[in-house]
Amino acid sequence: MREYDIVIGLEVHAQLLTNTKIFCSCSTRAGLPPNTNTCPVCLGMPGILPVLNKKVVDYGIKLGLATHCSIAHRNVFARKNYFYPDLPKGYQITQYENPLCENGFIDIEIDGTVKKIGITRIHMEEDAGKNIHDEKKPLSYVDFNRAGVPLLEIVSEPDMNSTAEAVAYLKELRQILMYLEICDGNMEEGSFRCDANVSVMPKGSKQFGIRTELKNMNSFKNVQKALEYEIERHIGIVESGGRVEQNTMLWNAAENRTYPMRSKEESHDYRYFPEPDLLPLEVDDAWIEEIRSLLPELPSARRRRFHRQYGIPEYDADVLTQSKPLADYFEKCTLLLDSPKEISNWIMTEVLRVLNEHGIDISKLKVTPEMLTDMLSLIKEGTISITMAKDVFSEMALTGGTAAEIVEAKGLRQVSNEDDLKTMVQDILKNNPAEVTKYREGKTQLLGFFVGQLMKATRGTANPKIANKLIKEMLDT
Amino acid sequence: MLETARQFRCSTVRPTELVEGLIDKIRDDSLNAYITLDEAGALRDAKKAETALSNGSDDTLVGIPIAIKDNICTRGIQTTCASDILKNFTPTYDATVVARLRDRGAIIIGKTNLDEFAMGSTTTTSNIGPTKNPWDETRTPGGSSGGSAAAVAAGLCLGALGSDTGGSIRQPASFCGITGLKPTYGSVSRYGLVAFASSLDQIGPMGRSARDVALLYDAIKGHDPRDSTSVPRGFPAINLEGTDIKGLCIGVPDEFFAEGLSPEVEQAVRQGISMFEELGARVVPISLPSVRYGVAVYYIIATAEASSNLARYDGVRYGVRKDGSGDLTDMYMETRSQGFGSEVKRRIMLGTYALSAGYYDAYYKKASQVRALISKDFTDAFKDCDLIAGPTAPVSAFGLNEMMDDPLSIYLLDIYTIPANLAGLPALSIPCGFTGDGMPIGMQLMAPHFREDTLLGAGMTFQDHTRFHEVLP
Repeated sequence: MREYDIVIGLEVHAQLLTNTKIFCSCSTRAGLPPNTNTCPVCLGMPGILPVLNKKVVDYGIKLGLATHCSIAHRNVFARKNYFYPDLPKGYQITQYENPLCENGFIDIEIDGTVKKIGITRIHMEEDAGKNIHDEKKPLSYVDFNRAGVPLLEIVSEPDMNSTAEAVAYLKELRQILMYLEICDGNMEEGSFRCDANVSVMPKGSKQFGIRTELKNMNSFKNVQKALEYEIERHIGIVESGGRVEQNTMLWNAAENRTYPMRSKEESHDYRYFPEPDLLPLEVDDAWIEEIRSLLPELPSARRRRFHRQYGIPEYDADVLTQSKPLADYFEKCTLLLDSPKEISNWIMTEVLRVLNEHGIDISKLKVTPEMLTDMLSLIKEGTISITMAKDVFSEMALTGGTAAEIVEAKGLRQVSNEDDLKTMVQDILKNNPAEVTKYREGKTQLLGFFVGQLMKATRGTANPKIANKLIKEMLDT
Repeated sequence: MLETARQFRCSTVRPTELVEGLIDKIRDDSLNAYITLDEAGALRDAKKAETALSNGSDDTLVGIPIAIKDNICTRGIQTTCASDILKNFTPTYDATVVARLRDRGAIIIGKTNLDEFAMGSTTTTSNIGPTKNPWDETRTPGGSSGGSAAAVAAGLCLGALGSDTGGSIRQPASFCGITGLKPTYGSVSRYGLVAFASSLDQIGPMGRSARDVALLYDAIKGHDPRDSTSVPRGFPAINLEGTDIKGLCIGVPDEFFAEGLSPEVEQAVRQGISMFEELGARVVPISLPSVRYGVAVYYIIATAEASSNLARYDGVRYGVRKDGSGDLTDMYMETRSQGFGSEVKRRIMLGTYALSAGYYDAYYKKASQVRALISKDFTDAFKDCDLIAGPTAPVSAFGLNEMMDDPLSIYLLDIYTIPANLAGLPALSIPCGFTGDGMPIGMQLMAPHFREDTLLGAGMTFQDHTRFHEVLP
């Protein structure tokens, strides 16, 4: 088999976290009963006109600046005309010739190498409703709650040459959107949707192969599987001397394969023309600069800074910057207690474990940075051991009590008083003469046995360092 | 309207009596001017007006019965656009203009007939049949706001609202001998106006005189945050009293007296222009070289926008649905084939074609460029004059069955009115004479953007010195 170059371009639709829809004052909240979150505007009633929600432009500029795009000073909305029951007006208001952002890029990192992925354009548009089909009767319903929810469409250059690069790009883009707090990034629920264009060509060729468009991939795993499947399929066709047919393919996650969409469904002439109900939107430099001044530090910059400023390993920095709230949590902790690596360890293990187990995000965690760092101080002071602290942390996460309260209530205070411990060790040595003899004959591994006995007797509150030292001394004399 | 308002105050007539009288007349109406008569609502609002009057309200519009073209949404009153596809549609909202009239205490008496979706110049494409001209019932009242024009002329309301995309207020005003204003694009909210061609549509008032039209215009004009194309600027009240047209410069373009203009119309309009001269205005010849492309440009832009604006009538959410075989495409086809009349379908097809891949540049884009040239012609012309005068339409009202099979001749009726829509300018039609067989003739005045005051002032001055607008059918 020959070797092939793979060419992938991605088209992402990101639902924006504005309070209201793009052209009316309906809420953007999901999960409401069908058609309760609608008004004459988003239902496309006769005589009704759209009024642009300026927040959508703010968010679009934000993403444009974060991805190094140039921002258009003159924005024109366009109508994309097609008939479908979930499209109330018979056209979608979108941007065509003059998108809000153009010519940007995102850096992705694969095995330590940074690669620039070009962003062709980012534009604003409205989402459609949802068709719901009755399984038993030949009936379909339409829910317009989603109609008019604002979207940014982000179109990449065909710059990705492997599925790994495609997934890395998506993850990076999703992280940026979430850092900017303009999209919740939820792929399963469709607030971050991805279509892919993929083609293959013999290695070194300058002539792109025929591409297919891939749709219906609602997780990173599905994107990866669908791309891998489609690349295999293309190579298979080319190897057997065939020609790839330019088509739109739907990923079927249950069967792990793609199917071509019926050609009838995609043979659209969208008849784009400028939307006469909206005047061209002027975006001046003052507006752009205002948004620029509000930009937060972006994930890649923060990752580098964490590594540099706190001296934590790159791996730690990567994990901690996965989400903005998690990174914020870490930084708050470091302000309270100057032990970045220790804090990082606790976040990467215990904090993430609790978030996972409870299925919550960090904003819902009952353990505040103050509570975590107070607990870490208790460890440093020797009041509790690390083992005890793990239990204390679980209890804090469950009840919201402080470490001090839990230690007090459960009598968990570490026993470090040597005299108290000495009495107990004497009892243990007295009750286990055989083991004492063996130890003294040279079987020093038995030290652990004695420590264990002491821990049992103190219900784990004995300071392990002191316990070790004490038992050793008493056995050796 | 001013006279009625005075009568309300000296109690020679009460709003309820007036409304009851109109209801009786409308019921007996042989003109087919109304699609819907809102008897209960009008009587209820007449009672309210009486209370307001007895409380000393000094608003001229209190208790004045106004008719609304049936493509302007009225809350709780069906709004059909004279189309089968919307014959069961009742909006849950008032158009901004309707809400503003109600706020002023005016009474919405009913909804008037029009060409289906305002597409036509004769009010004959309506699903309830044509409206007849009150001056001669064998003739057309013009269109598309023919119901409103006929209702005003026949005294079936005191004033009316129409909509004007290519002349649909001014041409029927001229055919029915009344006064009609197409305001500056962006000065009256389009919220609640069922869109035909969004970049050209404008709601405007129709009445017996420039004074009545000014009163209504004052009530409906002004910025509306719900219409993004409405202009966010101050709109001072129009004060016509004391208007002086001495020294006003009126431009007369050669292009408005072209081939196809009826000699009777030309004569009446030229006499009207002389009248202005006698009243102290200065008349200068001007040139508008690009307006000859107006009709061609209009029928590309208007149909293109219409093809998209009318896509929402798909039978899914409201209006009439025809299921066909049960398949989705079939439902669309049956609903739209049966729901729309032939002129509407013709325009949807023309517009769809003009926007199609491969034709967009040659048609829509080119038309938009020529439209900009036409606007520039007017900008240049208004450097040399304050108003432009000419005929409203090339002919007077013709027989109801004439030109039915000849859409192109009908399209050419709009030749003098279309340029104002393409350039977004305000334009007024006032009666200026009669033909030999007694049909009214209209003169069109056009002004620069937002100069409705100049326009209405000139119209009022003309009417203060002529009787054409006072003659009843």
